[in-house]
Amino acid sequence: MARVPVAEGVFTWPADEPRLIGSRCAACGIVTFPTQDSCPRCASTEMAERLLSRRGRLWAWTTQEFPPPSPPYSGPTGAAFVPYGVGYVELPGEVRVETRLTTTEHLEIGIDMELVLVPFRTDDDGNEVVTFAFRPVGGAR
Amino acid sequence: MDVAIVGVGLHPFGRFADRTGIDMGAIAIRRALADAGVAWRDIQFAFAGSYEIDNPDAVVALLGLTGIPFTNAYNGCATAASVLALAADTIRLGEHDLGIAVGMDKHLPGAFSSDPRLYACPSWYGELGHFLTPKFFGMKINKYMHDHGVSAMTLARVAAKNYRNGARNPNAFRRKPLSEEEILGSRMLNHPLTQYMFCSPDEGAAAVVLCRADQAHRYTDKPIYLRASVVRTRRLGAFEVHSPWLPIEETVGPTVDASRAAFEKAGIGPADVDVIQLQDTDAGAEVIHLAENGFCADGDQEALVAAGELEIGGRLPVNTDGGLIANGEPIGASGLRQVHEVVLQLRGQAGDRQVPGAPKVGYTQLYGAPGVAGVSILSV
Repeated sequence: MARVPVAEGVFTWPADEPRLIGSRCAACGIVTFPTQDSCPRCASTEMAERLLSRRGRLWAWTTQEFPPPSPPYSGPTGAAFVPYGVGYVELPGEVRVETRLTTTEHLEIGIDMELVLVPFRTDDDGNEVVTFAFRPVGGAR
Repeated sequence: MDVAIVGVGLHPFGRFADRTGIDMGAIAIRRALADAGVAWRDIQFAFAGSYEIDNPDAVVALLGLTGIPFTNAYNGCATAASVLALAADTIRLGEHDLGIAVGMDKHLPGAFSSDPRLYACPSWYGELGHFLTPKFFGMKINKYMHDHGVSAMTLARVAAKNYRNGARNPNAFRRKPLSEEEILGSRMLNHPLTQYMFCSPDEGAAAVVLCRADQAHRYTDKPIYLRASVVRTRRLGAFEVHSPWLPIEETVGPTVDASRAAFEKAGIGPADVDVIQLQDTDAGAEVIHLAENGFCADGDQEALVAAGELEIGGRLPVNTDGGLIANGEPIGASGLRQVHEVVLQLRGQAGDRQVPGAPKVGYTQLYGAPGVAGVSILSV
């Protein structure tokens, strides 16, 4: 069974230490995630790819305790659905990214978080689809 | 040119298996016309809002094909505020003297869903389950509670108030009072929001007849003046739904911008408002919107709610008809349902749920995806 990313260009792949791929505006300096071709602040089209920090702090969070509507959601549903955390992690000086969290327990605004890749679903060819997530630093979760 | 509301009509909100959205729209329009004492052939222009119905102006097939300019608008959760603003501006500009704004919708049960690419979001964002509004509201209130010391009991009290008010409203979807314990004990959907703290998409329609203010007394001895109708969208840095990322720099949301602009246009302030309708997509949204619209400082909600100040007899009566929590959200109609309620309250016709003391100024606010807000201010 092969491992494949949920989409190309979202995070570095394959990589021992994955990084999210964002973009930075050469004109005004704003950082976006994912990449985009034009700047949402100054409308410049000089956007350069930027690999984002792997560590940050939890800025906001909740739990997702029911399966989102499919489509567009393509993950496990019914008995296979496992509630997950979701939140924004602030990468210092860069951007706040919306992300899946590896746990629904012991989440608190301000705790240190780090990027990981986690299994998301199995596709029709039997590949394991992986996505990015953040987990509390130092936790066994 | 000032604008007056001289007729309001509502098709009840809820589930109606035998009725189409267009049918409900026609019923709401007929009720608004009857309330104003005018005929469909007197109406010079119309604006209609709907999410599910491609061409709500097809309602003319049920009312009369009079050839009037009839424009459809969809603007997310602020659709109804937008059609009201467009209709009012048509009169303000002197284009026409008498027109109608109508909203109608008929949604399937369950959280709204769509293709994220239509919102300039990547496909993978939807595949992962992020393209979903309830979890945004969960994050926003969870952060707000952390930052401003609001408790889960306050959320339960707000929801319980809205179910209680809905029980007094014959047009509401949910008319059974629920206790704070039942609300807190219902299924957790997005921490800290439980099932009974959320509204549901449903069905319904509402219509408003507007005219030049100087002609209002032809139709009614109790005209209600539309003092401001404002729509605003998110600015960079606002914490908004369907955002794969946010910049570090923060700014206020579109509700704050719309509210400030509306108060400025109306020439009055939050302290002058006697009855308030806020977007309560969930109980947390009502709590946050109370502050975003200038009715209290952040964190004051905890004491205001505990003291019953948001009740019909309180100092800041909010969602006197049960709000979205008791009425559900047919997107195209929701904001005109708010206006319908405020008009009844200002006329003194709200029956069991009448705010005491002859309220003179009313306020309505809509907010939702993809970061759009609409505010209207009305007065006697």
